[in-house]
Amino acid sequence: MSLITELVILVLAAWVGIEVISKVPQMLHTPLMSGTNAIHGVVIVGAILVLGAAAGGTVETICGIVAVAFGAANVVGGFVVTDRMLQMFRRRPEPPKENQG
Amino acid sequence: MMRDDLIEIAYLVAAFCFILGLRWLSSPRTARKGNLVAALGMLIAIVATLVDGRVVGYTWIAIAAFVGGSIGALVARRVQMTAMPQLVALLNGLGGGAAALIAVSEYHVAGAAGEERLGAVLAVSVMFSAIVGSISFAGSLVAFGKLQEVLPGRPITWPAQKLLNGLGAIVVLGLAAYASFNINDPLLWLAAVLALLLGVSAVLPIGGADMPVVIAFLNACTGLAAAATGFALGNSLLIIAGVLVGASGTLLTQLMSKAMNRSVASVLFGAFGGGGGSGSGVSASGEALPVLEISASDLAAQLVYARRVMIVPGYGLAVAQAQHPVRELADLLIERGVSVAFAIHPVAGRMPGHMNVLLAEADVPYDQLLEMEEANPDFPQTDIVLVIGANDVVNPAARDDENSPLYGMPILEVDNAENVIVFKRSMASGFAGVENMLFHDPKTRMLFGDARKSLTQLVQDVQAV
Repeated sequence: MSLITELVILVLAAWVGIEVISKVPQMLHTPLMSGTNAIHGVVIVGAILVLGAAAGGTVETICGIVAVAFGAANVVGGFVVTDRMLQMFRRRPEPPKENQG
Repeated sequence: MMRDDLIEIAYLVAAFCFILGLRWLSSPRTARKGNLVAALGMLIAIVATLVDGRVVGYTWIAIAAFVGGSIGALVARRVQMTAMPQLVALLNGLGGGAAALIAVSEYHVAGAAGEERLGAVLAVSVMFSAIVGSISFAGSLVAFGKLQEVLPGRPITWPAQKLLNGLGAIVVLGLAAYASFNINDPLLWLAAVLALLLGVSAVLPIGGADMPVVIAFLNACTGLAAAATGFALGNSLLIIAGVLVGASGTLLTQLMSKAMNRSVASVLFGAFGGGGGSGSGVSASGEALPVLEISASDLAAQLVYARRVMIVPGYGLAVAQAQHPVRELADLLIERGVSVAFAIHPVAGRMPGHMNVLLAEADVPYDQLLEMEEANPDFPQTDIVLVIGANDVVNPAARDDENSPLYGMPILEVDNAENVIVFKRSMASGFAGVENMLFHDPKTRMLFGDARKSLTQLVQDVQAV
């Protein structure tokens, strides 16, 4: 991929990111942080490329193993905890309306 | 050829999933679905990477991913909601560490291939992710330590700190530049170790109260470090995902520092003079000012006959573990036909949006949770405001007193309501150490004692009315 292509991707992604994230309400900022946290765990993709291609080199193997483990903990932990938080956000249950009626 | 195209398409789908996931976070109704879509995107990305032709060995990948993933899942399932800031700091550090390790490895591979210097793009991206990733790793671990109270939460300072950090940063940058032109592993390792030290010494002087800004800032750093590894590896997905996180972290950093009335710079460098309000110039004659008390039973009677009640929770509520009694109180009052809502200041809690999560955990429906901008126009029509464990965020000095260190900070204007009840352990001042004139306002009554006990008593009294 050419540098220009990569820069175009960078600028567009930043723009989309700012547009989308500025619409997230303050109420959900903690899940937003833990969710984006999980998303930067995408470095695991880089770590897999490093470790998978390591042709027996000690430095790449050690760095790769630790990076894959870190990335996996980051991804799994981030998505699981975000899901745990988001499932707690509920609307007012229906019964009170019936009581009023 | 064909396989590489398919991988690129899979990455495109993954990037789409990430963006859609974030888009669905704009409403609590779709948010959970959004998180699952983002997770699905991650799964697609990982599977696509595993079938990449460059990946030849799977044993270590499987072992490392299993160990890391299991630990991540275990911690994420067990963590208390009050400990969420620590967990986010920790996960953030891991991401930063992974980015730095990838950079170190890429550097080594270039050297092993017999190259003497890095190309411009590779040099900038490898050095950026090695340095920023290391700073993020170490800084996040210190933030974790402070929040977990393994390290003292107060600012830790030493002489010439600012100067030493500045010099350290220059040395790291110089080393990185030199190492780019003369590939030699120990050079980069030295730069990375110095960057780790820099991360530690940058976060140690930052006080516990400023941690929300720091976590958001480090989140942005890790995102950008991940994007830099994308440039180093020529991987479009890493660039997209990293930049998305960078944008999110940057926006949250700005938002939090604005809500705390501090510039980002004054938070990050605040412990070194300037910016850190000392609270001087505030009336020292606090005891002389009148303070009116109210009993739980009197308050219960008032609450039942109120039309509109607003509850202002601060982190003190969570410290006292009073989320459940406060929800019970709100439910009881709603049953009696009182309109009840919670007004939440952006910095209530230890990270952005933390208080909302803590109340959601206690089964408070999210349509009762108001943001500051929604709540402020409501206070003049409110009969009773219950301020529980909050102090600086309701201090009218932030609006009225130009000499106050809080001046300019956006506050919940509870003093516009008819009656204000402040739940408080004692007359001690808030985080900023500033006297709060709200407590001496003629329309304010104090309910002294532990918030949990007071609320439990109040629930019983309301039931008895």
